[in-house]
Amino acid sequence: MEAPLMNLALVGTPNSGKTSLFNALTGSRQKVANYPGVTVERKQGFFVTPTGRQVSVVDLPGTYSLRGRSPDEEITRDMVLGRAPGEVPPDLVLCVADSTNLRLTIRLLLELKNTGRPLALVLNMFDIATRRGVSVDVPKLSEALGIPVVTSIAVRKGGTADLLKLTDEIAAKEAAPPQPNQWQPLTVAQLRATQREADRIIASAVSLPTRPDTWTARIDAVVLHPVWGLLVLALILFVMFQAVFAWASPVMELLSSSFGALGQFIHDTLPDGLFQSFLQNGLIAGVGSVVVFLPQIILIFLFILLLEDFGYMARAAFLMDRIMGGAGLHGRAFIPLLSSFACAIPGIMATRVIDNRRDRLTTILIAPLMTCSARIPVYTLIISAFIPDQKVWGFINLQGLVMFGLYAAGIASALGMSFLIKFFMLRDYQPAPFMLELPDYKLPRLRSIAIGIYTRALMFLQRAGTTILSMMVLIWFLASFPQAPAGATEPAIDYSIAAWLGKTLEPLLAPLGFNWQIAVALIPGMAAREVAVGALGTVYSIEGGKEAAEQIGQMLATKWSLATALSLLVWYIFAPQCASTLAVIRRETGGWRWMWATFFYMLTLAYLASLVTYQIAFALGAG
Amino acid sequence: MTDANDTQQQFPLGLASRGFAGVIHRIAAADAGSALPDVELESRLIEMGFVEGAQVEVLHEGAVGRDPIAVRVQNITVALRRREAMAVIVV
Repeated sequence: MEAPLMNLALVGTPNSGKTSLFNALTGSRQKVANYPGVTVERKQGFFVTPTGRQVSVVDLPGTYSLRGRSPDEEITRDMVLGRAPGEVPPDLVLCVADSTNLRLTIRLLLELKNTGRPLALVLNMFDIATRRGVSVDVPKLSEALGIPVVTSIAVRKGGTADLLKLTDEIAAKEAAPPQPNQWQPLTVAQLRATQREADRIIASAVSLPTRPDTWTARIDAVVLHPVWGLLVLALILFVMFQAVFAWASPVMELLSSSFGALGQFIHDTLPDGLFQSFLQNGLIAGVGSVVVFLPQIILIFLFILLLEDFGYMARAAFLMDRIMGGAGLHGRAFIPLLSSFACAIPGIMATRVIDNRRDRLTTILIAPLMTCSARIPVYTLIISAFIPDQKVWGFINLQGLVMFGLYAAGIASALGMSFLIKFFMLRDYQPAPFMLELPDYKLPRLRSIAIGIYTRALMFLQRAGTTILSMMVLIWFLASFPQAPAGATEPAIDYSIAAWLGKTLEPLLAPLGFNWQIAVALIPGMAAREVAVGALGTVYSIEGGKEAAEQIGQMLATKWSLATALSLLVWYIFAPQCASTLAVIRRETGGWRWMWATFFYMLTLAYLASLVTYQIAFALGAG
Repeated sequence: MTDANDTQQQFPLGLASRGFAGVIHRIAAADAGSALPDVELESRLIEMGFVEGAQVEVLHEGAVGRDPIAVRVQNITVALRRREAMAVIVV
């Protein structure tokens, strides 16, 4: 007879090594999703015990108490109490502790005991604790707590053997009659009392070394130094940027050209027609536009996971907190915003390191304002066509100066938006004070990092892929229907819904200096910003797509005024011209609301900024 | 707490400089001026291990305005802003 699936839940404070234990137990048998309706990651994995029992385990968000002060912590509380909608109450709650640092976990454990749920304590990272001179009397601790206690070394092969054995033992024992839940939110006095009780139990069963981790102290002396610390941070960021721009781009170009070649192959093999166009321009171009981001996502997550596992992320937040705090951002928003310079998609996905919902939402909303790499082709085209290649004050290249100005405008508007969001939109949320544990440094484990990257890459391809793909197909449809009549002289796109939309929008966009050709190019440009370059080529009947960029530039220089060109540049700083980003925002915030909020605020900003730019430039005689 | 403590000078951890080492005397969330409600601030501090009698040491200070600070509380290190640290009265 097959034994029923056993449900485990891992609970612990942040930095308790919960996730590495989860990875050690389940390997790559993981499912990462969101809890319904909230921006909280749900991680479930499966494993089989030595006796062949099937076990499902969920890695609950880290917490210091069951008070549920954020959506993440509410999930942990509700799961433990067995009242999370649509979730099976866990048969066994495993409270995971960093053995070098039991104080806060034992307090949490005493709170967990009140829930009446079967409970066991896992002393993780036991090897590090032993090396540091922490000695734990496990039987005595187990007796004092009144629950089973096992040790584990998640990062070592076989390091979870005791835990697997315990799981089997508990599963084999017929369940004791369920205990009633006696947990209630603790008052301040009760919190104090449980912490004292925890300290008493630790004093009776654990002997602690007097010296703290010397390596951590030595590294922190440099890394948290007011001057050296910022230099180290700058250096890390520089390497990260280099990696994302320089290392990822050959692979991205390879992917992009492979998809292009595949599309061309389809084009050459199939007879001309709708099906051919759909496969080449809708499906393959659509899938390609998603997959092409994968190298950047993998690299950014490689860095983020390495820094997170090493323990550096909390330090970066410490260093940047005051600087970011001026604009109403959390110190932890720094890395996601920085990643957004490469691409807003991994940047938005990286906001998962911010545990407060308000701070995370603010960061997600402003991330697309950072100048991503997809804007570069558009900027380069327009700048080289309209801005003279000359020196200002003898040594500053004017084209470079304009490029820098576009970046600076993006950053300034992001900080400004964050400020506005803080004061107007999310006032009802409780601000998260910056209170963060700085964990001891640990060597990152390759296996754990690999699993982390794999699950995120998969999630990106599956979830974002479906939304992005459907938007791409929609855009293809708009640009292809209705088809050009036989013997048409104009480019096919002129007869499409996109052209009709462009011409309809023209009066609206005329105050910005945009003609209908620009309006038409902006529609396929929704798929990905750089596509607008090719689309401009198409509407101005230039064959050769991106390769003909120089030719397009020359053509544009004769067709547009300087005021129009400047206006379009400004438009691209702000406009929500990226369906993929919008799709990821929808996914990460768990609903349409914030996606539309982002779309409309960016559109408004783009319209107003372009309007002002064009009108001023026109008045100054650049029209 | 005890008379011995009362004779020593008490002050908020938020005013301590790098290198300060002492013991937590009490938590006074109402005096801190944090954006958090008093009970919430006090609860969070206790959950991070800031309870009466715990040993604290200021290990690091931030680059701008020497804020935030990194504090060793018993055997863990916690980063917090000076404004919240004003609630922790040390001797």
